[in-house]
Amino acid sequence: MKGRTLRRVFVWELPVRIFHWLNALAIVVLCVTGYLIGNPPALMSSVEASNRYLFGIIRFLHLAAAYIFIFNFAFRIYWGFVGNKYAQWKNFIPTSRTYFKEIWKVFRIDILLKPRTEHLSVGHNALAGFMYFFIFLASAFMVLTGFGLFAGMSTWWLPKLFAWVPSLFGDSEFSVRNWHHSVMWLFVVFTIIHVYLVMYHDYVEGRGELSSMGGGWKFIEEEVFEADQHAEQEAEKVKTRA
Amino acid sequence: MLCPNGAIFFALFKFGLFLTRKQNENPMTAPTETKTRPTYYEELRERGYSRRDFMKFCTVMAAYLGLEASGAAQISKALMTTPRLPVIWLHFQECTCCSESFIRSSHPMVADIILDKISLDYSETLMAASGHAAEAVMQKTMKDHYGEYVLCVEGSVSDYGDGEFCCIGGKSSRDILKEAAAGAKAIIGWGSCACNGCVQAAKPNPTHATPIHKLVRGKPIIKVPGCPPIGEVMAGTLIHIITFGTLPELDRVGRPKAFYSKRVHDSCYRRPYYDAGLFVESFDDENSKKGYCLYKVGCKGPMTYNSCGVIKWNNGTSYPIQSGHGCFGCTEENYWDNGPIYKQMASFPGFGIESNADKIGMIAAGAAVAGVAVHALATNVQKMGLIKKAIQEGKDAEQELKNPLSKS
Repeated sequence: MKGRTLRRVFVWELPVRIFHWLNALAIVVLCVTGYLIGNPPALMSSVEASNRYLFGIIRFLHLAAAYIFIFNFAFRIYWGFVGNKYAQWKNFIPTSRTYFKEIWKVFRIDILLKPRTEHLSVGHNALAGFMYFFIFLASAFMVLTGFGLFAGMSTWWLPKLFAWVPSLFGDSEFSVRNWHHSVMWLFVVFTIIHVYLVMYHDYVEGRGELSSMGGGWKFIEEEVFEADQHAEQEAEKVKTRA
Repeated sequence: MLCPNGAIFFALFKFGLFLTRKQNENPMTAPTETKTRPTYYEELRERGYSRRDFMKFCTVMAAYLGLEASGAAQISKALMTTPRLPVIWLHFQECTCCSESFIRSSHPMVADIILDKISLDYSETLMAASGHAAEAVMQKTMKDHYGEYVLCVEGSVSDYGDGEFCCIGGKSSRDILKEAAAGAKAIIGWGSCACNGCVQAAKPNPTHATPIHKLVRGKPIIKVPGCPPIGEVMAGTLIHIITFGTLPELDRVGRPKAFYSKRVHDSCYRRPYYDAGLFVESFDDENSKKGYCLYKVGCKGPMTYNSCGVIKWNNGTSYPIQSGHGCFGCTEENYWDNGPIYKQMASFPGFGIESNADKIGMIAAGAAVAGVAVHALATNVQKMGLIKKAIQEGKDAEQELKNPLSKS
């Protein structure tokens, strides 16, 4: 049987890839250290406190990773306006009916595994983009609650700007803390599903999904690429006419 | 005065503590009616305090308030020139531990100057009068010093029905508060009951115990929470009002910043053990003997703002953490409903008492892994044709590479 004709498409620009891996690293560090802060390991030691700084280091790592996470996140929002079409904010926030149609289609094919022809997209598919939007919201929530908890002991103006956050939680830092801790598990569950689905696409579609976050290239069927280009030109026409 | 309120939640026992001592000059007879009220200093000298004692007191207060060196002079000047402040001190649903803390604060003059000399025009615990006579004094003070007096409230107010759970002299606590608040210059909420409802407001809160800031509008309210608040903190708050004639700087929740801007955790002498990762695992273990950090046995210091670690209690003798018990978090909103006392994490609503966020999270993560595994298996079944096709494609390509000519 005849093979597919594939075209090499540069999908993820370098800043997007750097964002992705910095974000991944920050999330891993934040989850591990955050969990340890909530559940410190039991250490029986006869060493004097002056010779140890284990928990101080854990907290330092948490705060350092948090700052990396925040500024990286802010940069990604900026890149959502200046990046290429696969990085644009429109990939994440639904602005049209076709977006929702695509979400439903992807859900039926990839999640419910309905026997249909594969839905092949070039950048993010709509469902993935929409899920990333939710995880962006969760990230914003973590930044807000994290700074809200940190404001009380910080000397820098930036965290202090968030001193009002506990008032959203009935003025109780206890519940800010519990929420901050609970939402961490959302990131854990997200990571499991995200990594799995990347492998799923790599395995079923065979287009270099897994390696695309390394070099930025994906291998796209000629006709899919052309259809994508065509859709874009159509959208441009509609825009210029309007 | 409190005992007759049969319906009050906690039986309050009043001791005639000060009554014998103050027979001759109980606050009732204090000259509230004359326009020329004596200053604090005059009254103190009359009682036999030396000027040296007075200056010491001013210095101590300046230090507690965190004032600069000239602060002591400002305080002494204010106490020597300002006529004493009329004060009405109300007790509602509470245990009187705030009053107890106040009269036992470390510096003897604190109790004297405030309770004897601040012109406590009406205080159910400490005045000698009772019944109609006492009510008359309160009415008179409210009338004579309308817009001038400071209203101190100890205890929460029952906001249930007609307020029948807490009545004094036939009036509900809610009505008394509203009446007294109308002419007050400022209101001070003493203790957690008045500031966050404390134990009476804990779920299910049958009397609808309500902190005062939810009932009084349009009046400056200073919250001095704590169960009880530290006596020096109470004195310091009043001294600030007397000295500067203004409210002290308040934090987001309405507590004086001078005493509530630091977390108990950040001023804790056991903090190095926290930073070292050395924790008490249970109250009877070796780590407990060594005085390690109480974080894992539920210390709420990291979320609690108070000056326990700095001013301490009982003449600076000790405070809960120094005595080997974690902080309760008594100065914080929602006190008593902020999760278990001896655990760090609250139970997750709707999942049973023993379920904290981590247990739920681990179950969710486990479910995600299981779901993903099932999905992977299902993919191989459902998309078998597609996958086989792809593999065949690959094999064909391999053949072509080995044998380029076979393509044609």
